[in-house]
Amino acid sequence: MTTKTMQFSIYRYDPDKDKKPYMQDITVEIDSSDRKLLDAMVKLKAQDDSIAFRRSCREGVCGSDAMNINGKNGLACLTELDGLKQPVVLRPLPGLPVIRDLIVDMTQFFKQYHSIKPYLVNDDPPPERERLQSPEDREELNGLYECILCACCSTSCPSFWWNPDKFVGPAGLLQAYRFIADTRDQATNDRLDDLEDPYRLFRCHSIMNCVDVCPKNLNPTLAIGKIKELLVRRTV
Amino acid sequence: MGIPVRTFDAVVVGAGGAGLRAALQLAEADLRVAVLTKVFPTRSHTVAAQGGVAASLGNSEEDHWHWHMYDTVKGSDWLGDQDAIEFMCRKANEVVIELEHFGMPFDRTESGKIYQRPFGGHMSNFGEKPVSRACAAADRTGHAMLHALYQRNVRVHTQFFVEWMALDLIRDAEGAVLGVTAMEMETGEVCIFQSKATLFATGGSGRMYYSSTNAFINTGDGLGMTARAGLPIQDMEFFQFHPTGVYGAGILITEGVRGEGGVLRNASGERFMERYAPNAKDLASRDVVSRAMATEIKEGRGCGPNKDHVLLDLSHLDPKVIMQRLPGIREISMQFAGADPIKEPIPVVPTAHYQMGGIPTNYTGRVVAPRNGNPDAVVPGFYAAGECACASVHGANRLGTNSLLDLLVFGKAAGESVVEDIKALPKSPKDLPKDAADYSLARLARLDGQANGEGVHEVQLALRRAMQDHCGVFRFPDMLKQGVDKIMEVAGRVGRTEIKDKSKVFNTARIEALELDNLVEAAKATMVCAATRQESRGAQAREDFPERDDANWLKHTLWYRDGNRVDFRPVHLKPLTVETIELKKRVY
Repeated sequence: MTTKTMQFSIYRYDPDKDKKPYMQDITVEIDSSDRKLLDAMVKLKAQDDSIAFRRSCREGVCGSDAMNINGKNGLACLTELDGLKQPVVLRPLPGLPVIRDLIVDMTQFFKQYHSIKPYLVNDDPPPERERLQSPEDREELNGLYECILCACCSTSCPSFWWNPDKFVGPAGLLQAYRFIADTRDQATNDRLDDLEDPYRLFRCHSIMNCVDVCPKNLNPTLAIGKIKELLVRRTV
Repeated sequence: MGIPVRTFDAVVVGAGGAGLRAALQLAEADLRVAVLTKVFPTRSHTVAAQGGVAASLGNSEEDHWHWHMYDTVKGSDWLGDQDAIEFMCRKANEVVIELEHFGMPFDRTESGKIYQRPFGGHMSNFGEKPVSRACAAADRTGHAMLHALYQRNVRVHTQFFVEWMALDLIRDAEGAVLGVTAMEMETGEVCIFQSKATLFATGGSGRMYYSSTNAFINTGDGLGMTARAGLPIQDMEFFQFHPTGVYGAGILITEGVRGEGGVLRNASGERFMERYAPNAKDLASRDVVSRAMATEIKEGRGCGPNKDHVLLDLSHLDPKVIMQRLPGIREISMQFAGADPIKEPIPVVPTAHYQMGGIPTNYTGRVVAPRNGNPDAVVPGFYAAGECACASVHGANRLGTNSLLDLLVFGKAAGESVVEDIKALPKSPKDLPKDAADYSLARLARLDGQANGEGVHEVQLALRRAMQDHCGVFRFPDMLKQGVDKIMEVAGRVGRTEIKDKSKVFNTARIEALELDNLVEAAKATMVCAATRQESRGAQAREDFPERDDANWLKHTLWYRDGNRVDFRPVHLKPLTVETIELKKRVY
């Protein structure tokens, strides 16, 4: 098996011993079976067990291993090693407090997600069988429900960096629209009321970084546009 | 002791499908509940399930829970407990409909009902022909389910302890379970979670194999804790190899691909399943298909320069079907195999996927362990559901889509059992033994103090290699014997692992070492039980005992950590209300 050396520059910070963060240069031998960035990172960790990062499914569905890779947010498990400019610069997701190394505190991110009431609201007595929904109505949820809450989008958004406590951010807004778009949900008006706010929704300036980085190819900007449209339509 | 104690009515360990379903039941009963989870709930491995959840809704053709029960018993190669199987199949419609009411975005039929597709081993009219029983949300059913369950828990304000790892069970002198010790990953703080009920929903141990569809977190934590506490784990030799893992990467490709019409082909392009399962063909049970694939490869009909895989061909399907029903598979195939299935086949190989065994429970989710001649004696205060548990509904081989059903039905049932049992208990919990946390603290002290030990990565690699080489799709007597020696040698090394990182803050090296402590118990149980069971049944295929032997082996194996001992329990052949499904030869 052919091996080659790859160079990395990794953001390191352990509040238990480091006064401040620093970038560590480190090289690792990879072989032809190592195709994704996460494969190389597992080898890096075998070399130096103190490098801390989250990971789980290694196939892009759990959303654990989001990080900033050569300046752009992405998932390590879906990032091809081939074609990565070296040294590969790995940093934690921007805009959230760092707990350690590549691990960020996602409290604020989830708080915004929870704030949009991310659950179906339907107060009718549940029928004995499933609530019916036409295939066309169900299709409205495609491109919305697939979100993996990795936070790549929200942490690439300058509006979220500035107002993480007030602006819901692209991930939360995408999910807000997921429930608005669901024909089974009865809370559309409450949801729109909640978002009709200079910060919660209207801090989005369509910079579209979210669309650019989403590892699932979802489009939060489009969803945000649809929410704005519904708000306008509601007033006329 | 100096260790902080938090007291709850119930503690749930794990927040995948089973843990979240159980938590809902508990929260709705207004109990004080803590849900501990190593990862944020939506990162749990349920998220990776693809094809569907079984229920005989009959939305596109006639179906019946009794047919589903028959298929599950037959799929289990008669090792499943028929009371638990009847219970699960009868409850299926209810729990799936509930999930739809929670907001799960199922695909729909033209009439607006939940969309269902065929899946391996699911047949109509007691084994006659494939039936559409798998309720699906495209090929992201697990993702849609896990998020819907988490969202419902947000609605009822379930209290989560996210990124907390449970370390050990706490039991008193009478053997009752009083809670767990756990570590907060962010701070390294160890804490006792005292509770009247402890419910494990910790998932499987698929990381014990070198090539696995499983996430990094699937390290058999619940099994390790249970075994260390002196309780048995059951039927661990039955490890499912999924027929279609992406060659090289191990990523799962759902059986739903074959449900939608995909077929397996060997090097000469032959649809070889027609020879092995003339009736069900590509939709035979997973153990049958995996053995057929391994045989094709062994006999030189594999594909590629090394003839070491076969091809999953969907290119004859309408691209619209692939885009609409299998979009995630297309993504995975392009990402991890470099193949667009609309145009070219996906290279696949049988890959370790699911543990049929686990912590033995009855069909109400209460953990059992033989005591005073009673093989079904309940362990007070202890419950388990989902992949970590063994009810047993899957017996020697699980049918596809029965795992998501298992975690809904038994997550809910275990939750209901907790609610019922707590009502009968005094208001305050039992006193903790003085040394409740000592065992966990000693394990942590050993790890932090270890010098001249081996790295966790190396030892874990040796474990996974040993399992892969010695306990695979086909099992050989000499290989199993050597395998037991190897895994016991690895176990010795696990006791001497060393971590360089001593930080208190989010020390993932320490977490990985603790996970390996758990994984090795699951691996020992698997290897030892595979070497013990002298027959072929379901996923256990012994070269030296090629037939099922009901006279001697129609029984569950129980593995105890102390003395590496194997014992047995009878299979429950009597269902709850219907007639026993009688033993017969398993043909697809």
